[in-house]
Amino acid sequence: MGKNFDEMAWHEYELGFMVTRPGCAAEYRTGDWRSQRPETDKSKCIKCGVCYLVCPEGAIGLAADGTYDFDLEHCKGCGICATECWTGCIRMIEEDE
Amino acid sequence: MAKRVGIEVSLAISEAVKQAKVDAVAAYPITPQTHIVEHLSELVADAELDAAFIPVESEHSAMSVCAGTAAAGARTYTATSSQGLALMNEILYIIPALRLPIVMTIANRALSGPISIWNDHSDIMGARDTGWIALFAENGQEAYDLTLQSFKIAEDHRVLLPISVNIDGFTLSHVIEPHEFLDQEEVDAFLPEYRPAVQLNPDQPVSMGMVGVPEIYAEAKKCQDEVLKNSEAVIKEVFAEFATRFGREYRVVESYRAEGAETLLLTMGSVSETAMEAIDILRDRQQRSVGLIRLRLWRPFPVAELRRAVAGCRRLAVLDRAVSFGATGGPVAEEVRSALYGIDGAPYVGSFIAGLGGRDITIDDFIALAGQVEKMAETNEIHQYKMTGVRE
Amino acid sequence: MENFNVFAAKLTPQQEFLAGGHRACQGCAELLAVRLVAKTLGHDYVIANATGCLEIVTSSFPHSAWKVPWIHVAFENAAAVASGVEAGIRVLQRKGRYPVQRKVTVVAQAGDGGTVDIGLQALSGALERGHDMVYICYDNEAYMNTGIQRSSSTPYGATTTTSPAGKADPLGQHTMKKNIVEIAAAHNIPYVATASPSYPFDLMDKVKKAAATPGPAYIHCLVPCPTGWRMAPNLAVSIGRIAVESKVFPLYEIENGDYRMTVTHKKHRPVVDYLKPQGRFRHLNEAQIARIQEQVDKSYERLQKKVKMSQNELD
Repeated sequence: MGKNFDEMAWHEYELGFMVTRPGCAAEYRTGDWRSQRPETDKSKCIKCGVCYLVCPEGAIGLAADGTYDFDLEHCKGCGICATECWTGCIRMIEEDE
Repeated sequence: MAKRVGIEVSLAISEAVKQAKVDAVAAYPITPQTHIVEHLSELVADAELDAAFIPVESEHSAMSVCAGTAAAGARTYTATSSQGLALMNEILYIIPALRLPIVMTIANRALSGPISIWNDHSDIMGARDTGWIALFAENGQEAYDLTLQSFKIAEDHRVLLPISVNIDGFTLSHVIEPHEFLDQEEVDAFLPEYRPAVQLNPDQPVSMGMVGVPEIYAEAKKCQDEVLKNSEAVIKEVFAEFATRFGREYRVVESYRAEGAETLLLTMGSVSETAMEAIDILRDRQQRSVGLIRLRLWRPFPVAELRRAVAGCRRLAVLDRAVSFGATGGPVAEEVRSALYGIDGAPYVGSFIAGLGGRDITIDDFIALAGQVEKMAETNEIHQYKMTGVRE
Repeated sequence: MENFNVFAAKLTPQQEFLAGGHRACQGCAELLAVRLVAKTLGHDYVIANATGCLEIVTSSFPHSAWKVPWIHVAFENAAAVASGVEAGIRVLQRKGRYPVQRKVTVVAQAGDGGTVDIGLQALSGALERGHDMVYICYDNEAYMNTGIQRSSSTPYGATTTTSPAGKADPLGQHTMKKNIVEIAAAHNIPYVATASPSYPFDLMDKVKKAAATPGPAYIHCLVPCPTGWRMAPNLAVSIGRIAVESKVFPLYEIENGDYRMTVTHKKHRPVVDYLKPQGRFRHLNEAQIARIQEQVDKSYERLQKKVKMSQNELD
């Protein structure tokens, strides 16, 4: 990409100021909104995937071992995963801990 | 080429829309636009036109559906009048911002209240600043020709803006006039199959109608304005091609016996034909130096062409068919005064408002108008606008 | 979590069509619901989006969270724009001028304001005309985007910034939540359903069904809003579950006029369990809560009668 979007001249944008890069919001980091972050005790994880299913950010992904990892660049720290986890293996810890 | 057929102007417009092979029509009935869309729905029902005809529940939805069909990549048409255009207003602004080349006929009609189904230009004046190209037709042939040309102008990739073709309600929409129709092959050669610049399509996803954050909003508006202004050149190109192919010439500013005239009248729409008759009487029987300017292109306002057309005249009487309440002039007169401001030897501009809500404007009215502006110019009478033909 | 095979999450489509980086509040159940819907519909769908929370948080220039074609025109016209997109795609497919010949699902999505208030007319028009599309209302029960003003979908007794509980008027919202599901069903469309992201599999099944149904389908999705409901964000999914367990928001579908419960419970929780965690109901006294319980029981009973009637007809 060349210029930043707020440096471009009026004639340099896409037609009708549309956006043609699907899903480019992923470039926007929402991780710094967070005051708490999720942490998993993987020994208790039963690999059910409930956390993955209920994350509003889509910030929980399948790891190679079948457990789940957090995308901390996008995780806003809402804590739904910790609340919904069946075994209680996810807990929210303060960011400054 | 072309047979001459006596037919209602509304039907001639539908014929143009059919020959343009539109893909989608969404419309809501409102007098006096109805005959156009009734006929289009018949053409679709009879398989003479292969299009989606979407009979919506309001004009607001008519324009919203048009946004959807156009964004899907369909050649899209609608028609409305008066309150219908007012109800669409919110969406009218968004169409050019999304760069969707929709063509719309406006059968011009007065706005409520009091409710009036009859003709004036209040409706389009309320939509003046929405960013649409706006053309005016004076008779059925022009309505037919301009409708065909509008698709070509709107869809030009240098333009990609919506266009309204304005025809006077009843006085044009409901009269039977002789029309010279083009053959389908001629239309096809002039107006090839529509190639949209963008289509909502899962294989190439785009997001249209994004939030205009302060860092880009002004650029978005600037872009829209530049494209609209630059469309004048494309309009002239298309007019020229049409003339070459079919021999019927159009100009963004038309004149009638205006050469060397000391007094000019300026009109838009079908009333120009009455004005031309008045000019003939003034010139031929009264030997007065009076001519006529007719604005065909209302948006973008053809500033340079207007200046050229009125150069050398001493007095200009602008006839408006709408009121901009409490303003400095009638809507057209304001533009004309602004366009001429600071020009050396610019004429005196009188602003007259007449023909509201179906009130007739006669040949005699135009003759009187010429006299009135001459008198006002003598004393350089400062005025905002005069509503004429009103009982005092 | 609803009663399902614990490991079923692994069987859901893994691909995401709503990207992260959207700017919804923490714990937004609306964006969760949208994410699940997007997953279910996959690649071949097009969205017409109304103005509202969902629109602004996913389309702040230059960042779009959408991996599918998406158009936003205005607040009240998502159903109309979707009608146009649907009609346009069909006609161009027929004429061979649309790049994709596969079936493309057209989805209109709006919040409760854009559906039950300002968008009601366009919705009714689109449903009546019979467009082959899915309309999804994400109902967070107030105008959250503009600052939690009441809508006609705000429930009785909820305090909002324009239905505040005060000294002279201690109730908050005085009116009953508009029953938009019945209004949609009254259009005799083939498929109507309620749904909740707290029941992801139920939601995904309904979305699949709605997309596969020829003609219009309407899904009404209750999406808890931690910001507007004044509760902790981590409770967004569990409160949605309690809404169902307490009969406040029963999950059912209406297929060709026949009612069917899709989630049932042998025992229901009292509404107080639903009201208590939410700040918007905190001012309610026992009598007011009893009145809400009464209303909830009554409308649930009415729903059960319809379900029974449909069963009898089917038998």
